[in-house]
Amino acid sequence: MKNTLHTLLALAALWLLSVGVNALLIHGPILQGPYIFQILMLAGINIVLAVSLNLTNGITGQFSIGHAGFFAVGAYASAALTVYFGPIFLKSLEMFPRSLNEALLLLLALLTAALAAAVAGLIVGIPSLRLKGDYLAIVTLGFGEIIRVLILNIDAVGGARGFSGIPPLTTFFWVAALVALVIVAVHRLVRSSYGRAFLAVRENEIAAQAMGIDLTRTKVLAFVIGAAFAGMAGCLFGHFSMYLHTNSFTFIKSFEIIIMIALGGLGSLLGSVLGAVVLTALPELFRGFESWRMVIYSLALILIMIYRPQGLLGGKSPFRSKRKPRSP
Amino acid sequence: MTLLKLDKVSRHFGGLTAVKNLSLQVNENQLFGLIGPNGAGKTTVFNLITGMYPPSEGEIWFRDQSLRGLPPHRVAAAGIARTFQNIRLFGALTVVENILVAMHMRRRQNLLSVWAMSSGFRSEEKAFREEAMHLLSLFGMENLAHETAANLPYGSQRRLEIARALATHPKLLLLDEPAAGMNPQEAVELMALIRRLRDEFHCAVLLVEHNMKVVMGVCETIHVIDHGETIAEGDAHHVRNHAKVVAAYLGEG
Repeated sequence: MKNTLHTLLALAALWLLSVGVNALLIHGPILQGPYIFQILMLAGINIVLAVSLNLTNGITGQFSIGHAGFFAVGAYASAALTVYFGPIFLKSLEMFPRSLNEALLLLLALLTAALAAAVAGLIVGIPSLRLKGDYLAIVTLGFGEIIRVLILNIDAVGGARGFSGIPPLTTFFWVAALVALVIVAVHRLVRSSYGRAFLAVRENEIAAQAMGIDLTRTKVLAFVIGAAFAGMAGCLFGHFSMYLHTNSFTFIKSFEIIIMIALGGLGSLLGSVLGAVVLTALPELFRGFESWRMVIYSLALILIMIYRPQGLLGGKSPFRSKRKPRSP
Repeated sequence: MTLLKLDKVSRHFGGLTAVKNLSLQVNENQLFGLIGPNGAGKTTVFNLITGMYPPSEGEIWFRDQSLRGLPPHRVAAAGIARTFQNIRLFGALTVVENILVAMHMRRRQNLLSVWAMSSGFRSEEKAFREEAMHLLSLFGMENLAHETAANLPYGSQRRLEIARALATHPKLLLLDEPAAGMNPQEAVELMALIRRLRDEFHCAVLLVEHNMKVVMGVCETIHVIDHGETIAEGDAHHVRNHAKVVAAYLGEG
């Protein structure tokens, strides 16, 4: 009962926030409003990606480089749903207000994205999570690319031309809600028995096994949950940009997410959020320097790796007071 | 009552036979020692029992159930817990979290109740924490509960490993060289602790140890192996005076 009340209050707050953001940035007096709005949306989507990847890479210690693959699966699966099934759905519910129907459709798309990405995560995870370290990294990199090439060859979702005509269903509210959801979900997970099992697997596999923890199952669970959230991020991304092309989902995107969590601090929830925000905003800030942009960006990363290898917030998680910084 | 029975167990690694035709039997609540010179195959026996790798030949029985093909986490669930020769704690976790990890397999709550923070989940979490704190207090470690495990002094890390193993509610506890690196005073305390384990937790203890004082002082039955084979079994007095044992340790004159 108290829980439900809190959820309702949180949703109301998110809704108010989105009304405020819309009024200020899109219809408001700020000169570059829509531009800032776009960065805000992308930052939110990146937060979801970073926090979900942090679950596998940082908390469970299984270094995966295929996150963009699940991002793509979610984006394309949900876009296919809204493009092919959306019009019929909206038409059959014409008697209700349009905004309500669109919200319902997006909710359906989010569920589809989560499910599709989770299934992909299961298929990729079961064979590859038996591997360790570099081997796991290589295999997940390969799977990520396989997913991308597969999508590239499906004509129904545009193939090499890209998938266009996706309805713009993503609003600020949905991005904020998903960000809140992923943070609460991962936070509660980490504080539960499951989260301790994830951490135990990262810390010492042999001891974890001897204490009754099923290694494969635990790793696959973390991987699948991470994939499902990446899929939902993909759904919001597709319905925000209204156009999808497999070029947005190459391994470079996977690396971008890894850099976010490495910058923020592997294993730290707040660090992932910070890393995602900084690495979405930073390239934009340096846009003025044009060709120097990537140089400054990579220099900043190298400096951080040298002077603060545990990441900005590594070892300083607000939820676990005494945590030693760890390298992966 | 027989708890653990190894029936003609062998294990080969390529051309090397680490354990050869080994049979032994541990009874309920028994303090059982397994000794032998370096490289005799003691740790291999532990790894065979806990399912780290399967025996090449022979069968291992635990409470009349064959352990053949069971992965380590299922062996742990069956009631066998262990410590490690080179300490394997979850270093970045706190002391109490280390204990709580060992309770994960007893959970009744699923992911949905975790995410919903259901009352069932919260009460289970609370019960687990209380049990963990109680266990720590039996080891005199309750004031260290929120320390990071990696920062503990060596002796406390060893004790934490034993406490963590007990949190799985084992019927059989395998201790792999618990006295390694301990000074004589700590070794004496360890002996008292091992006796307490049996009396308070009602579990049998299978002890691998190089410190003869500890083995002879604590174990009711001592099984001696050399080159993977049994050379003697009996109480401390019998083993100490056994010609083959003396030969194995000191070399034949």
